[in-house]
Amino acid sequence: MIDLTTLTVSQARRDLDAKKYSALDLTNAYLDAIVKRDGEIHAYLEVWAETAREEAKRADVMIAAGTQKSLTGIPLAIKDNILIEGRIASAASKILENYRASYDATVITKLKAEGAVFLGRTNMDEFAMGSSTENSAYGVTRNPADTTRVPGGSSGGSAAAVAAQVALASLGSDTGGSIRQPASHCGLAGLKPTYGAVSRFGLMPMGSSLDQIGPLAKTVEDVKIIFEAIKGHDANDSTSIPDGFYPIAPLKKRIGVPRAFVEKGVDPDVLEIFNASLSRLKAAGYEIIGVDMPNLPYALSVYYIVCPAEVSTNLARYDGIRYGLSIPGGEIKEVYTKTRAAGFGPEVRRRIILGTFVLSSGYADAYYRKARAVREMIRADFEKAFDTVDAIALPTSPNPAFKIGEKTNDPVAMYLEDIFSVTANLAGVPGISVPAGRAIREGKALPVGFQLMAAHGAEETLFTIGSVVESA
Amino acid sequence: MSTTSKADIRALAHLARLELSDEEVARLEGELPAILGFVEKIQKVSAELPKAVSPKHRNVMRDDENPHESGMYSETLLSAAPNRIGNQVAVTQVVSRDTSSHT
Repeated sequence: MIDLTTLTVSQARRDLDAKKYSALDLTNAYLDAIVKRDGEIHAYLEVWAETAREEAKRADVMIAAGTQKSLTGIPLAIKDNILIEGRIASAASKILENYRASYDATVITKLKAEGAVFLGRTNMDEFAMGSSTENSAYGVTRNPADTTRVPGGSSGGSAAAVAAQVALASLGSDTGGSIRQPASHCGLAGLKPTYGAVSRFGLMPMGSSLDQIGPLAKTVEDVKIIFEAIKGHDANDSTSIPDGFYPIAPLKKRIGVPRAFVEKGVDPDVLEIFNASLSRLKAAGYEIIGVDMPNLPYALSVYYIVCPAEVSTNLARYDGIRYGLSIPGGEIKEVYTKTRAAGFGPEVRRRIILGTFVLSSGYADAYYRKARAVREMIRADFEKAFDTVDAIALPTSPNPAFKIGEKTNDPVAMYLEDIFSVTANLAGVPGISVPAGRAIREGKALPVGFQLMAAHGAEETLFTIGSVVESA
Repeated sequence: MSTTSKADIRALAHLARLELSDEEVARLEGELPAILGFVEKIQKVSAELPKAVSPKHRNVMRDDENPHESGMYSETLLSAAPNRIGNQVAVTQVVSRDTSSHT
């Protein structure tokens, strides 16, 4: 019997290499756990038991031959917006309910070469739009720490799967916090890499200037192992960055806190955990200094202009012609309008309409172009801050996980959950959330994360500093 | 600027090729101004519209050479299409006789 509760990717690697158990044993342990626990959590939209066992057997052959890599035989869950050839990839939308991917995403090609095991595809907010996974067309995912609460989103299934011990680690995608916020709510480490560090080829686009694929796992070390396996330049993604593209400054052992921004509208328990994490870093020899980043308070407004604008253009591809749902109509325009009406859920429609508005003639200057200008100022705030500090610290999310249904009728309240996380996507810098503490609500200990952001290309800095915070 | 009239939502839905029910139009008429009221905060920032700055990393297209064998992916992609006739994606009528419906 393998104890999954404390198992990490790095420990499983050692155990598999020492032949304490086989990759098939490990995969079977997770498949059993899925049968036992996922009925309640609903982290998965589909489980691939048969092929997972075959992949595990192939991993055992690699291990026996001594040709294993860091993720050989490691059972992973994959967010439903990442393509695996021949498998359904629906982005939790009705419009792609029966869509089978025509090719592998680059991250999947890399994981296949590693000999990783794919357990299944995980639930999410439809097309990654949301902060709670309630926007899935296939039902909610529950937070393993308190099943009356959301796991966060949009990678809520990927987070809940790891937290509920029904996957050892997972892949998510992060456009405005969709890896870091569910990691925070589920007590995991989650990384949004530098824009361009991980190929977006085969990731269904939401906000193309913001999207990144990244790992969720129990520890910073695990997140690092998976990041190393999936990163790298890819000719199939024109925004992919070459290795060593950004120069890395030596560690200054200084962390910046934009105090004025942090303390506004944050739950007192979250703030206390944030401050305790800073104290821990101070004890570890880091200097904590205040930084002035005057444009951060505008980040969420900028995000909810830029993101819907990109959504409205990106989702134009779902029109019932080349793939996915197609509702017949007399004329082609009717096919478009009816297919999109039948296929998209409320939040997706809301963002398409909003994005169409901010891009429309007469409003584009005041909204979209202005937002781009302010985005550049936010980017400049970060650049200036990184002249003096290694990383910027922020809470991951202003609140612990909220109740299912609590914010579904108030889009602005839902958007406010992203206030601290969207900043990294706008600036293109890497961000990590690490488990930092627990807030007690109705007798349940809800996980709270601590977020760090570093300069472009400085993921290593996040791992170094993040591991100090999580070890508490 | 933050108030969008009923006609606006319908016009936006038309631009987005999205059919909306009356009920949803009514809901969006309430929600859109609320969201726009929130994001309008950026109007307070005195920011110049971005000039043509060249970013550190630009979209990089591969060299137009060594194309893959013609037809290599055709069947894979065609097999995803909801309607096909032979090696073509089939669509319904694009041009209408009734010009009044065109905007």
